[in-house]
Amino acid sequence: MNITSAKYIEYNGENTVILVVIDGITMSVPNNSPANRHYAEIMRQVEAGDLTIADAD
Amino acid sequence: MSKAAELAALIGSQSALSNRRININGNFFIWQRGTSAITVSGDDDFTCDRFKGWANGGGTFTVEQSTDVPNNEFEFSAKLTNTATDGSVAAGDDYRWATDIEGYDVARLAYGTSDAKTATLSFWVKSSLTGTYCGAFYSTTASRHYIYEYTISSANTWEKKTITVEGDTTGSWNRTNGNGLRIYWGFGSGSDVQGTADVWAAGEKWETTNQAAWIGSASATFFIAGVQLEVGETATPFEHRSYGDELTRCQRYFEKKGQPSTSTTWAFNEMSVVIAHTTEYVQGDKFNVEKRGDPTITIYSRNGTSGKISAFATGSDVTGTFATNARGATGFHAVQASSTSLTKGDGYEYGYTADAEL
Repeated sequence: MNITSAKYIEYNGENTVILVVIDGITMSVPNNSPANRHYAEIMRQVEAGDLTIADAD
Repeated sequence: MSKAAELAALIGSQSALSNRRININGNFFIWQRGTSAITVSGDDDFTCDRFKGWANGGGTFTVEQSTDVPNNEFEFSAKLTNTATDGSVAAGDDYRWATDIEGYDVARLAYGTSDAKTATLSFWVKSSLTGTYCGAFYSTTASRHYIYEYTISSANTWEKKTITVEGDTTGSWNRTNGNGLRIYWGFGSGSDVQGTADVWAAGEKWETTNQAAWIGSASATFFIAGVQLEVGETATPFEHRSYGDELTRCQRYFEKKGQPSTSTTWAFNEMSVVIAHTTEYVQGDKFNVEKRGDPTITIYSRNGTSGKISAFATGSDVTGTFATNARGATGFHAVQASSTSLTKGDGYEYGYTADAEL
């Protein structure tokens, strides 16, 4: 997966979703959902230092 | 013996008369991403529902729905076509196709326990290239594999293959909503994924050195139909389920609202009109089927632009980026704009996909 941007979406004071662009497609990935394949890949890239998730607005 | 006694004996000899088939979409009814040729050219390229492919090393292949079937028993098959050959496959190159089965559905096999059961995989196959082919049973959590071989004897002729695999008593296999079992079909990969047939072993491998060089054969075809995995040592007749049943089962992993009329344009007549409650939010939606876990949602406008919604009055994309504001396996609460670009009380439209693939 080629992830070119990532940013938290906040709702009711919680980071609920990560808005990402993967292979050119804008997606809403559920935060804290290890069983989700996109979330797992985002976290893998974050831990590898290849991706930073921007704070919510 | 009376007819009634014969029937009772027959019923008693079967482990199950229904729900024998563990895998989903083995009759290739469901193609939510489209029935035309889908190119596999990287990792995790989803094709028909419940099946995905990998192609790394320069070669590519497509997967499409076909009405070429064995004995008219099925309505559809899947047709794989070599669209770019790799004539010198190196270590690290991989050409494979697979179906992933959720842990809950394979728990009955009791893999990873002393009670592990024998399973039988059967399918029909037809290829332009004869020879020995391979595949494998594989666990992503236990990191265990079992390579099977089968022979395609006659070119362009339907043949039924039956593979019986003893249960694996080793490893930590997923028995819940994760990836319980992956079944591979190989098409000629690198030496690093070649192993020994007919034994369980550690790691991820799916071919032997006997594998036919299908990916090296220009325009080679490979049709497959009637894929069935079941408990036991015998391949029973394919268990046909209704179209609606297969679709519902597939939607546990992938679902879309607003059918694409082309690859990029979404049919607005299948989208709901939603009213902006504020300048930032429109309402969310409930899924037809609860997902195995929280899915990734991709919002599409009528024009097929991801991260966008459309104004009902004009069909134009609305300014800003749109995301769901909450997660859940049964639906999502609302769609949220990145700015105050909506007009309270106006109508908007969007379609979406919900992806909880294994």
